[in-house]
Amino acid sequence: MAADDQTEPNPTPGEAAIRRTRVVLGEAAARRRPADRARADLAEQTPVGEALVRGLVRAQLALALRLALVVVIALGALPLLFAVAPGVAGVKVFGIFLPWVLLGVLSFPFLIGVGWAYVRWAERNEQDFIALIRRPEQ
Amino acid sequence: MNPYLVPGLIAVVLVTVGIGVYGLRFARTTSDFLVASRSVSPAWNAAAISGEYLSAASFLGIAGLVLRYGVDVLWYPVGFAAGYLALLLFVAAPLRRSGAFTLPDFCQVRLGSPLLRRLASVFVVFICCLYLVPQLQGAGLTFTTVTGGSYAWGALLVGVIVTANVALGGMRAITFVQAFQYWLKLTALAVPVIFLALQWQSDGRPPVAPEVGTSFSVATTVVIEQDATVDGVPVEKGQQLSFAAGDPVPRVSAVDARFDADWLLPGGDGTLFATYSLILATFLGTMGLPHVLVRFYTNPDGASARRTTLVVLGLVGTFYLLPTLYGVLGRIYTPQLLMTGRTDAVVLLLPEAALGGGHLGRLLGALVTAGALAAFLSTSSGLLTSVAGVVFTDVLHAGRTGSVRDFRLATVLAAAVPVLLSLYVSSMDVSRVVGLAFAVAASSFCPLLVLGIWWRRLTDVGAIAGVLAGGGASMAAVLRTVLGPPLDGWLADAVGQPAAWTVPLAFLVMVVGSLLTSRRVPPDVGATMLRLHAPESLRV
Repeated sequence: MAADDQTEPNPTPGEAAIRRTRVVLGEAAARRRPADRARADLAEQTPVGEALVRGLVRAQLALALRLALVVVIALGALPLLFAVAPGVAGVKVFGIFLPWVLLGVLSFPFLIGVGWAYVRWAERNEQDFIALIRRPEQ
Repeated sequence: MNPYLVPGLIAVVLVTVGIGVYGLRFARTTSDFLVASRSVSPAWNAAAISGEYLSAASFLGIAGLVLRYGVDVLWYPVGFAAGYLALLLFVAAPLRRSGAFTLPDFCQVRLGSPLLRRLASVFVVFICCLYLVPQLQGAGLTFTTVTGGSYAWGALLVGVIVTANVALGGMRAITFVQAFQYWLKLTALAVPVIFLALQWQSDGRPPVAPEVGTSFSVATTVVIEQDATVDGVPVEKGQQLSFAAGDPVPRVSAVDARFDADWLLPGGDGTLFATYSLILATFLGTMGLPHVLVRFYTNPDGASARRTTLVVLGLVGTFYLLPTLYGVLGRIYTPQLLMTGRTDAVVLLLPEAALGGGHLGRLLGALVTAGALAAFLSTSSGLLTSVAGVVFTDVLHAGRTGSVRDFRLATVLAAAVPVLLSLYVSSMDVSRVVGLAFAVAASSFCPLLVLGIWWRRLTDVGAIAGVLAGGGASMAAVLRTVLGPPLDGWLADAVGQPAAWTVPLAFLVMVVGSLLTSRRVPPDVGATMLRLHAPESLRV
């Protein structure tokens, strides 16, 4: 439902050129052509465009999986740890048993910290992707 | 009865309806009703998502479970919060970029299969009903606990308020209502807990699990309502048992609870399978809850959807620090609940039990009850909006041309079934059913979303097979648990906490099914992937 995209017209270099500003337009066109090509690759699903999107998806998925693994190892191992080594569960921190401190208090800042790191790195991945598309061809 | 109670509850209802009516002034078109015209800021949106999410199970249920079972059930709040991390990592931004408003919409966008869309609608309605019925029941039970009135009136009252609010205001009003209700719920637990902690200090910091066993702090009388054995001695219905301060709390055969070191340390009688099953259901179930996902459409773009989710994680994580304290303090001040088994009432009863029947205790008691009412109202409003949205688009086939009146009709239709169910099925256990709703969501929509977003080779046939296998199996397990007699042995764990086998089953069937029908991969999958993952500024 509700596709909200607005199709931007692809500016063709030289089109509607006015004699007086031709030099400026030429420069602008030369600067913009590679970006347009990358954008066109994306839009037309050329092999290059496909590869670009695959790279982004792979980078984002790898990031998400890595952080999920951190959570799985840190939190997911706890029930097993308490079952295998009951001595660990008997340790007291500030007079409170360790499982209460870990689960009742510390797990929440930990989750928020992982989430914060994800947002930061995921946005960086997207910035890299945008830079890749817009990079002027050398 | 507490004199502050009625004014407090009326105030919550009036403010809820008031904000709903205020929102009505803005709600002019159907699009306004459904998605709040997408003009909601991330802070409002995050508070609204949290307000919608923190249900009776969070507000009352967790404290009750902690009171009963101790440290093992802390996996409930951890899982309820961690679910948002899973949602953030795998779903938030791509789902927003897909432009899908509901889960059935996402199926349409990604795989273009009308059959899958219909199947998804069935699961949305099932999950929402499963989640809505215990909310209304919780409302009924609270009504009985606090006022002594009848269960049916409490359930019916909340049902009618919620239906009217959704039908008249739609989601825009609901956004403001939900945001208000998050802060109300947080205040309602946070303020009393300060006084409770001070009282505990001034009482000489009594231990929560004393060497001599859990004991009564004041003289208490318990009325027996059903035949049972108390510490091995049979008692009959109608009998009254009196205990002096300092007497140990006896073990009642009809109530399942844990005592002494068992309560304090993990392990106990909960098996490792049940713990991991619960972790899997709550971690992965949140992303499949229809009323949570609908909210993501109100973000302007993918990046803000991510930030909103992070704020939600913070808000929800802050809230979940509190119910544990109520459960722990309940061990000291309301141990009689361990005999009656009405542990879900601990949050409501604790302020007066700990602080006495003076003005402070009663005022704080009224505050937590108002918070509980906010919990029922907000979660049921959100659930109802989702069911109504699905009924509106997929049953009435109203689509974009649908009128506001159709949406109102859809709301009333969607509300009728759960309200009636909650009146007739009163034996269902509140917090357990909510956990089961998570299990169904984790075994149906979680694989669909995760594979749909990240895996190009998913096909409609694979998706349908996976949802039918995993979702169907968990649905069957839920119906068996809720309706059938209790089971024994390993079967009890496998059916009572099905997520540990139904989630992997759903993923497996979905992947194998897709690989076997690889010719049916949608031809436009590249364009869809671009749309889901590329930042909006690159939209071409």
